[in-house]
Amino acid sequence: MSGLRILVPVKRVIDYAIKPRINKAQTGVETAGVKHSLNPFDELSIEEAVRLRERKGPIKVEDILALSAGGPKCPDVLRTAMAMGADRAFHIDVPDKGDGGPEPLTIAKMLQAVVKEQNVNLVLLGKQAIDGDQGQTGQMLAGLLGWPQATQASKVDIKDDAGTVEITHEVDGGVETLRAKLPMVITTDLRLNEPRYASLPNIMKAKKKPLEKKTLADLGVEDTRRLKTLKVTEPPPRKGGGKVEDVDGLVSKLKELGAL
Amino acid sequence: MSGARNITAALRRARVPRPSLAIRTVQSITPLTARTFSASSIRTSDSRQIKFTSDAYPNLKRNPNFADISADDVAHFKELLGSQSAVIDGVTTDATDDIEPFNSDWMRKYRGHTRLVLKPKDAQEVSKVLKYCNERKLAVVPQGGNTGLVGGSVPVFDEIVINTSRMNQIRSFDAASGVLVADAGVILETADQYLAEREHLFPLDLGAKGSCHIGGNVSTNAGGLRLLRYGSLHGSVLGLEAVLPDGTIVDALSTLRKNNTGYDLKQLFIGSEGTIGLVTAVSIQCPPRPKAVNVAYFGLESFEQVQQAYLAAKGQLSEILSAFELMDGRSQKLVIESTGNKHPLEGEYPFYCLVETSGSNAEHDMAKLESFLESVMGDGIVADGVLAQDETQFQALWRWREGITESLSHLGGTYKYDVSIPLSDLYLLVEDCKARLTEKGLVGDDDSFPVRAVVGYGHMGDSNLHLNVAVRQYSKEVEKAIEPWVYEWIQKRQGSISAEHGLGVAKREFIGYSQNETMVKLMKQLKNLYDPNGIMNPYKYI
Repeated sequence: MSGLRILVPVKRVIDYAIKPRINKAQTGVETAGVKHSLNPFDELSIEEAVRLRERKGPIKVEDILALSAGGPKCPDVLRTAMAMGADRAFHIDVPDKGDGGPEPLTIAKMLQAVVKEQNVNLVLLGKQAIDGDQGQTGQMLAGLLGWPQATQASKVDIKDDAGTVEITHEVDGGVETLRAKLPMVITTDLRLNEPRYASLPNIMKAKKKPLEKKTLADLGVEDTRRLKTLKVTEPPPRKGGGKVEDVDGLVSKLKELGAL
Repeated sequence: MSGARNITAALRRARVPRPSLAIRTVQSITPLTARTFSASSIRTSDSRQIKFTSDAYPNLKRNPNFADISADDVAHFKELLGSQSAVIDGVTTDATDDIEPFNSDWMRKYRGHTRLVLKPKDAQEVSKVLKYCNERKLAVVPQGGNTGLVGGSVPVFDEIVINTSRMNQIRSFDAASGVLVADAGVILETADQYLAEREHLFPLDLGAKGSCHIGGNVSTNAGGLRLLRYGSLHGSVLGLEAVLPDGTIVDALSTLRKNNTGYDLKQLFIGSEGTIGLVTAVSIQCPPRPKAVNVAYFGLESFEQVQQAYLAAKGQLSEILSAFELMDGRSQKLVIESTGNKHPLEGEYPFYCLVETSGSNAEHDMAKLESFLESVMGDGIVADGVLAQDETQFQALWRWREGITESLSHLGGTYKYDVSIPLSDLYLLVEDCKARLTEKGLVGDDDSFPVRAVVGYGHMGDSNLHLNVAVRQYSKEVEKAIEPWVYEWIQKRQGSISAEHGLGVAKREFIGYSQNETMVKLMKQLKNLYDPNGIMNPYKYI
């Protein structure tokens, strides 16, 4: 095989350390004024792509293309991806309607088009985005492309220059190792690696890396929706405990509750 | 106060493992709770080995004018405070285990002999308690979260501990003016969370925020991580309520920013470590909570460049700069050793800085920060650095600064010096101290040397350095090598021997290095005026 051309789709989501709140209309999560970051699983796939290059394995990494679909703030996460080591980026402009964005099948079709157009031979995706938690895109993409897939990878190993890849992932009570031939789709799990920090020199270099803007129409994909969100609600709040003054208070409280 | 603004350590431990990630949408971690550190977590270890302060400081003699606590006194207090949980009685019963946490500090350095702990619930009860103690000449020690670093909040002999933990109500908050009025025993983090829900911020943040009480913060004039931005408590505290030893309740709970009517007596209680009266409530000016916060972490080649970076930060980030913290290479190595975390930078540098910005508009702040970063990188001031890309990285980077205190405590004992010296000489103290201890053959890598490392870190923005001598065990030899040398060193440069930790037991006898005779005399006059029997927190301060 000549070289690895890796596609890493990434998503801009509400920061994982921020508590999401339901909007007033109960149609989704409040996103305005909330800190957004790169989806943590996608951070892992970027890191893995960069490590494949740094590892200098049997197949040279020719290109790492980061891609994100969404509104005008998407380039933020693409710059982060490029600061971590991606070579270039595509921003697929999808207007943010506050409805959770395109469905996984639409995204998979869009990625399929990009894979064909850019002659990609490895797609590294996060196993899920932490906003929708759907975890379907990678699998659908593999189906559409007719490629082998390995999900929830905790280790990725390129064995030879013929494109043999061994992937380890965790299963109940142990690990499972799979072998496949490129081209293929791999989704990443937490234990795969520890993503690096974006260093200042790389943040600056990332500003000069090419970022191309495209639309779904350019890729011949239509944003059709099969699902309609009827209502989003919070889980019932946990009832707080009460404080008692002393042992007598505790005993009488327990009696009151019928525990004694 | 410095240090470990910990967290439930497991959650924030850099980045791996992140077990909660997958279930994040179900069980979210709010950044607020995720950023606390409870000093009490360290307190769980066996307290039997802590040396009594009275043994460690043989010069301290119990004041014979003080009365001994009798069973009658205890009965009186029990009647006075009513509730069972308000009195921990080690006089007429055996309550050693219950009393021990009040007798010793979290650093395991100070330990008293008290047999009685009182927890009044309001200023009226404090007043009755103090009035009785004053008449009976029973010495007392006011105590909040007991997170102090100089032994000010634990008894030396049998002083009665008056703990503020039951005075824990937030009294009022006015969103328009940002003034919060709260009881002294409210935990700093609780106050900050209350304010967070109202889009405001407590103008003080420090390592022990999960345990310390705001009354204690005020009494010790705590400084902390964001003094650079929000200023000293002498400025942000608008008023307070305190009780004098004779039982007088001083109601100075003003919520006014301007009030030029007479002596500003509330200032007497700020930083006086409970030697004049006991603070029971505080009114404080709280700024709006910043909407956008960013953190960068730098590696630098020399202290000279650290100073240049600080100047550049002040110039280019001015109004959004909220912290500029210094950590030396050795302090970061100790954190690596203790936590096993991977350092954010590839190479090793002798100095590291953490720069935080807080502002109202994320895009504007980022633009300013990026141009600042470009200029310090471009000018070769900063050798390498990273910028937090998300909240997890933000917290992880802070952990490299805040985790130092905790890491040191895991590795053995620490002699802590919290000093303020002119910026240009700030780090020289660490170098000189290290040279001195090395020359004396005390520093080394294996267990035969008492000193593990001499490290420096601190609040660069406030010219406040924490010189820490990490030791394998406390020893007189090391102590003699450092003191009073370090105080003389500071005196020569007109520095302060205690920038934010206070005097307590630890620094009491050294006050002369930073205050002249006239000042000390005036202080003693004040003390005698308000506390003629000397019952308030004796054997400490001055």
